[in-house]
Amino acid sequence: MAFTISINGTAHTADVDADTPLLWVLRDVIGMCGTKFGCGVALCGACTVHIGGVPARSCATPIRSIGDKAITTIEAIGQTPLGKKLQQAWLDLDVVQCGYCQSGQIMSAVALLANTPNPSDADIDAAMAGNVCRCGTYQRIRAAIHRAMV
Amino acid sequence: MSERSHSLSLDRRSFLKVGVAVGGGLVVDFAIPLAFRPALAQVATSPAFAPNAFIRIDRRNAVTLVMPSVEMGQGIYTAMAMLLAEELDVSLEQVRLEHAPPNNALYGNSVLGEQATGDSTSIRVFWEPLRQAGAVARTVLIEAAAQRWGVDASSCRAARGEVVHPASARRLSYGDLVDAAAALPVPARERVVLKRPEEFSLIGTRVKRLEGPDKVTGRTEYGIDVRVPGMKIAAIAISPVPGGRPKSVNEAAARAVRGVRQIVTIDEAVAVVADHTWAAKKGLKAAAIQWEDGPNANVDSGSIIRQHEEALRQTGVVARHEGDAEKALAGAAQRLDAVYRLPFLAHATMEPMNCTVHWRGNACDIWVGTQVPTRTQARASEMTGLPKEAISIHNHFLGGGFGRRLEPDGNLLAVKIARHVSGPVKVIWSREEDIQHDLYRPYYYDRLSAGLDTKGTPVAWTHRVSGSSIVARWIPAAFQNGLDFDAVQCAADLPYKVPNLHVDYVRVEPPGIQTTWWRGIGATHNVFVVESFIDELAHAARQDPVAYRTALISEARLLGVLTLAAEKAGWGKPLPARWGRGISVQFAFGSYLSQVAEVEVASDGSIRVHRIVCAADCGIVVNPDTIAAQVEGGTLFGLTAALHGAITLKNGRVEQSNFHDYRPMRMDDAPVIETHLVKSTESPGGFGEAPTAAVAPAVTNAIFAATGTRIRTLPIDTALLRSPG
Repeated sequence: MAFTISINGTAHTADVDADTPLLWVLRDVIGMCGTKFGCGVALCGACTVHIGGVPARSCATPIRSIGDKAITTIEAIGQTPLGKKLQQAWLDLDVVQCGYCQSGQIMSAVALLANTPNPSDADIDAAMAGNVCRCGTYQRIRAAIHRAMV
Repeated sequence: MSERSHSLSLDRRSFLKVGVAVGGGLVVDFAIPLAFRPALAQVATSPAFAPNAFIRIDRRNAVTLVMPSVEMGQGIYTAMAMLLAEELDVSLEQVRLEHAPPNNALYGNSVLGEQATGDSTSIRVFWEPLRQAGAVARTVLIEAAAQRWGVDASSCRAARGEVVHPASARRLSYGDLVDAAAALPVPARERVVLKRPEEFSLIGTRVKRLEGPDKVTGRTEYGIDVRVPGMKIAAIAISPVPGGRPKSVNEAAARAVRGVRQIVTIDEAVAVVADHTWAAKKGLKAAAIQWEDGPNANVDSGSIIRQHEEALRQTGVVARHEGDAEKALAGAAQRLDAVYRLPFLAHATMEPMNCTVHWRGNACDIWVGTQVPTRTQARASEMTGLPKEAISIHNHFLGGGFGRRLEPDGNLLAVKIARHVSGPVKVIWSREEDIQHDLYRPYYYDRLSAGLDTKGTPVAWTHRVSGSSIVARWIPAAFQNGLDFDAVQCAADLPYKVPNLHVDYVRVEPPGIQTTWWRGIGATHNVFVVESFIDELAHAARQDPVAYRTALISEARLLGVLTLAAEKAGWGKPLPARWGRGISVQFAFGSYLSQVAEVEVASDGSIRVHRIVCAADCGIVVNPDTIAAQVEGGTLFGLTAALHGAITLKNGRVEQSNFHDYRPMRMDDAPVIETHLVKSTESPGGFGEAPTAAVAPAVTNAIFAATGTRIRTLPIDTALLRSPG
């Protein structure tokens, strides 16, 4: 059946089964590939987007569960003040290596700072432990999150 | 792929030529004589002195650098651009980067013998040629300007994309000069002068990654992001037991899934082709595939370990022999014997394996991120009968490589599937397929013995390595007399002075499992073994581990990093109970490295690595921030494996499947990592893999210091570390 969802302020319609995860709607149906596939079972966080302002693993979010909640992805997070600050902090500290997980890392970090404006290292660890980076950029991610708040 | 291969001396025999680019502009070609070490020489398929094209400058001052190495996180695109821009005197804002097309003659890596990115060789191989290419272009551009102005070239200089004549305050941009420059003859060799290190303005500085802005905004296109008009998506199931094949496939049920277009069954796999990934995955599940397991159905980890135990009783191929180790052992005041075991490891790149192929019958396009574009092209050509020229490889950024993408298997599988599909098809592996059908870091089972004299000084050292040979499969011409140089790397070239030394190798090929390069290659295995065993010797000699090593090392640069790491880590300062410090030191990939780990072991045996201090001497540093990033990343890659990494088999099947049972390190477990660099004027060493190798023994030596328990098997079994109290 056809679902209409709001992505980064634009309505998109996808004619897919109700159990189709948002990840594949974004990547394959709509063609927005900034959100990444990593594990398919919400273990790695590479596919993190915001749904109604809350971070969600899009690989495990069926399209039928979204309704009229607004979806924000990496493609538009830089248009928010917090997203922009975090992306700049990522660049200032040259956080990325292969970069594949970083869309998800930044989406999780934006959600953290939206709720916890001045996080401790323990807050950051708790909020970011669901996002795997095989290149090992964790130390810089932590520093970049602190930096974005300065 | 060994340290002895790295005297490249590209400078003396390289030559350069200048020509007109298609569409106007200046092209600088340079040729890299294929400076293979003897064992690799037979691998060379390219004629020496074939020209390479790396630089284009157009009339609008845009400088394009074609990247012979691939960017998989190691920062090579930025480093290579720095080398070029340094000598060309352009700003990095002017430089545009392109992935190289497949061509061994143009873009071959002279150490690896083909166009490949691996073994931490990129900077070592291209350090001089890229700077020379930049310098030739600069020399010719200055000459062109000087002729136009009627002045002597020596009175002109280049700066930020312009040639200036200070005496008359005239200036011309490179873009204004490229047509004239392209018509000039190649400058005489003595007129192409490379900058002295003290003249560097880019090399040695903390330049930010050129692809960083695209990576933080989701714009970078990885192989998996390719979208070709008319493209379908395929989900695949590969026989869970290697050598098996599909026995039954419920095609009707798969076809009944909305969006499924086609089911392709090939020898070893089934692919469901659909409009999008989810439909393909549902179709694959509906297909309810039954497998014929084939001859490897009974392979398990226990049988593989027994196979290695058996192999250790055989006589190995000698990798190093000095003095008479057996006699010295027999006469030693004290004798130590130990067995070390390391597991199979998967790569688990964050970007799962994928490949997009458009098969047209007489031509084939392949879109992928690969470390081996020419190998992919050649194997696809052999498999399909198409000439290489008919197979186009469109390379991409890699969402992690770590050696996994040195194998073309996934690309060939995609080609096999695409031959049955009309139009382009993107084959995406699930994470489960990615982990269960990897080619793994070999299982290694090593036995060592050492003899100490009455003062505790080693008088004999024997080391028998057993494990699969990657070299025999990947570079068969370099597999000489049964010796795999990678399997004994950092063991045969033991950094410690021992008068009687014997190192040998027994090849073991477990059935039903293929092995390949894994970040850190042979060093990850042998540095763990050697640095653990030397720690055992220090303990047996009742000496401090740093002092013991110091007395046995003669190489000044190795001593330098050992001393620096110990100093920066506060070696010897008191720690709480069940905390410990451990050290390791290595020479690998042309770089010297020492790490100190600070570890706490809880009473339940769980381990907390608090801090890693790394001292490195990698010669001239192109970008110190990239080195620090590689220390951080490489260390965590090795630490993840030491703590959690193991691929095991049961009934012929890999038991692990996703990140819950093949655990990556997460942020809340990650230690603080410090990098300290030794200033050096030596040629650059490789670095992307060095820290991965060094970390495991630093941690297990720290565990010994904390608990008195020696870890000789990876991953670390925390059950051994429970407090007796």
